[in-house]
Amino acid sequence: MEFADLEIFYERLAKAIDRAGEAKAALFLSKLALLLAREAENPQKPLEAIEAALKDLE
Amino acid sequence: MRPDGRSELQSLYFSYPQFAPPDRGRNFAAETPVAIIGAGPVGLTAALTLASFGVPSVILEKKSTFNDGSRAICVSRSSFHILDRLGVAEPFLEKALGWTKGRSLYRGRQILEFDMLHDAHEKFMPMYNIQQQYIELYLYEAARASGLIDIRWHSDVTSVTPSGAHVEIGVSDPNGDYTLKAGWALAADGARSAVRSMRGHRLKGENFEGRYVIVDVRMEHDYPTIRRALFDPASNPGGTILIHRQPENIWRIDYQLDPDESAESALAEATVRSKIAAILDEIGHRGAWELEWWSVYAANTLLLDDYRDGRIFFIGDSAHIVPIFGVRGLNNGVADGENIGWKLAKVINGEAGERLLDSYTPERRGATLDVFANAVKSTRFMTPPTHGFAMMRDAALSLALTEPFAAAFANPRQMAPFTYAESPITEEDDRAFDGGPRPGSVAPNARLEDGSNFCDFYARGFTLVWFGPAGGLEETIAQMAALDRDFRAIVINSDQKIAGAQSLADPRNLIASRFGAKPGDAFLIRPDQHLAGRWRGAPVEAPLSALTQILAP
Repeated sequence: MEFADLEIFYERLAKAIDRAGEAKAALFLSKLALLLAREAENPQKPLEAIEAALKDLE
Repeated sequence: MRPDGRSELQSLYFSYPQFAPPDRGRNFAAETPVAIIGAGPVGLTAALTLASFGVPSVILEKKSTFNDGSRAICVSRSSFHILDRLGVAEPFLEKALGWTKGRSLYRGRQILEFDMLHDAHEKFMPMYNIQQQYIELYLYEAARASGLIDIRWHSDVTSVTPSGAHVEIGVSDPNGDYTLKAGWALAADGARSAVRSMRGHRLKGENFEGRYVIVDVRMEHDYPTIRRALFDPASNPGGTILIHRQPENIWRIDYQLDPDESAESALAEATVRSKIAAILDEIGHRGAWELEWWSVYAANTLLLDDYRDGRIFFIGDSAHIVPIFGVRGLNNGVADGENIGWKLAKVINGEAGERLLDSYTPERRGATLDVFANAVKSTRFMTPPTHGFAMMRDAALSLALTEPFAAAFANPRQMAPFTYAESPITEEDDRAFDGGPRPGSVAPNARLEDGSNFCDFYARGFTLVWFGPAGGLEETIAQMAALDRDFRAIVINSDQKIAGAQSLADPRNLIASRFGAKPGDAFLIRPDQHLAGRWRGAPVEAPLSALTQILAP
């Protein structure tokens, strides 16, 4: 994915989190992660992404 | 604002002159071709551009001296080219600090170091830091030396009334009131433009939530001229800090305000002092420091529907207000001043029809909308407007610590000059080209073998650059010179001498490669160095017909 497309995704996702509302943001993002994981051609990639996203949470 | 006990003009490093009210020993109401309201960087640039074509102007300025604080500090390469064309770049180059790099930190750890576009063919650095007072001082000195610019301080504009082929301007100064008759008026009177309200126009657009306190501090601080952006730092949790070095050991520190804090409490000297102390502690400054000046700032994207109102043109902040993050406030305004300056000069000198002026709004308003598109992204990153944008920003910053791709979101997108592709005076592109500058974009510079710059050969008016062979071009050159008295033709690599043209040899194709040019190509460059058109294997009459249309009555 080109950075310009990533920027479009970033903005769309920011607005979608607002539409989902603060209380339901985690549920919405979990659903989105499942949908994106299903699209991955290499099943290893979503598992690596989980580890990468877990870093620097504090 | 300044520390307790110091007046607004008591700077630690800059001595403000106090200009006298205009002397009444002259005919004040004598008609002027152009009246310019506002002696800031934008108004002075417009006046100097007009003067460079021999057109006199009167500047009316309400204040009695330069701007009280430093405000705009970043001057871009494109603005330096404007200063250079006006012959005033020298003092700026001596004072300003050039820079190419920026660094972004998240919670104290560096996530991004970016380099702005720069190479050996550029005459100027991508960006320079210099205080606004110096910008105004150097432009003022050049204006005074020109002999064509009458600057009237203490002069408040009380009315602006179109009247046939003139604008009548009511002026009030300490010696009384009078009416100045001008052929044209340029409103360069800033964000709170009085001319704009008197004419009943309103800026339209968006106001953003995030506010910043901008503070100038004097200190001996050992760090290169690199823009620092600190996201979620310990000294301003949840907020952002920007740090820029300026000349005279002055450092600009911008920090984001907590949304719940009122402007009054945030601007109190004690609050500013404790905040700065915490920030300096975090960046490792252990020495002494002094407060110079501070102010508060909120991001807006606001502009006029039309920058023209008959014989009145709005230039700079009177026409548009942009967020600071793209450093395009002053730079965009200075480009407005040059754009309307050369067009008005051609009309006033009888070389162009008034239709040329119709290109001002689409070109410069287009440039502002382009700034907005980028600045809105930067603003949403610097000061996220909603919970969703805050979550995405924090996610990108947190990821950037280990995943370099995510750091690109933190890039401030300090952008290149706008391409006037849709302008009524930009020629359609010749599809035979497969690279090089497109019509409407800024013509490139080339550093020649002897170290000189190709852009220094450009005329004050239009420039025709023709890559040889150039047989049969003499008649075209003569006709173009008759249309534009400031015209010049440059013929590159021609084996024969062409009458009326400057010949340049380009044995290593340095110029040709920057222009993406082949033998027989032609480029027509405007007075502001934007490309009006280009032709591959050009018929000799093509650039002449383009220039004829641009200047048509």
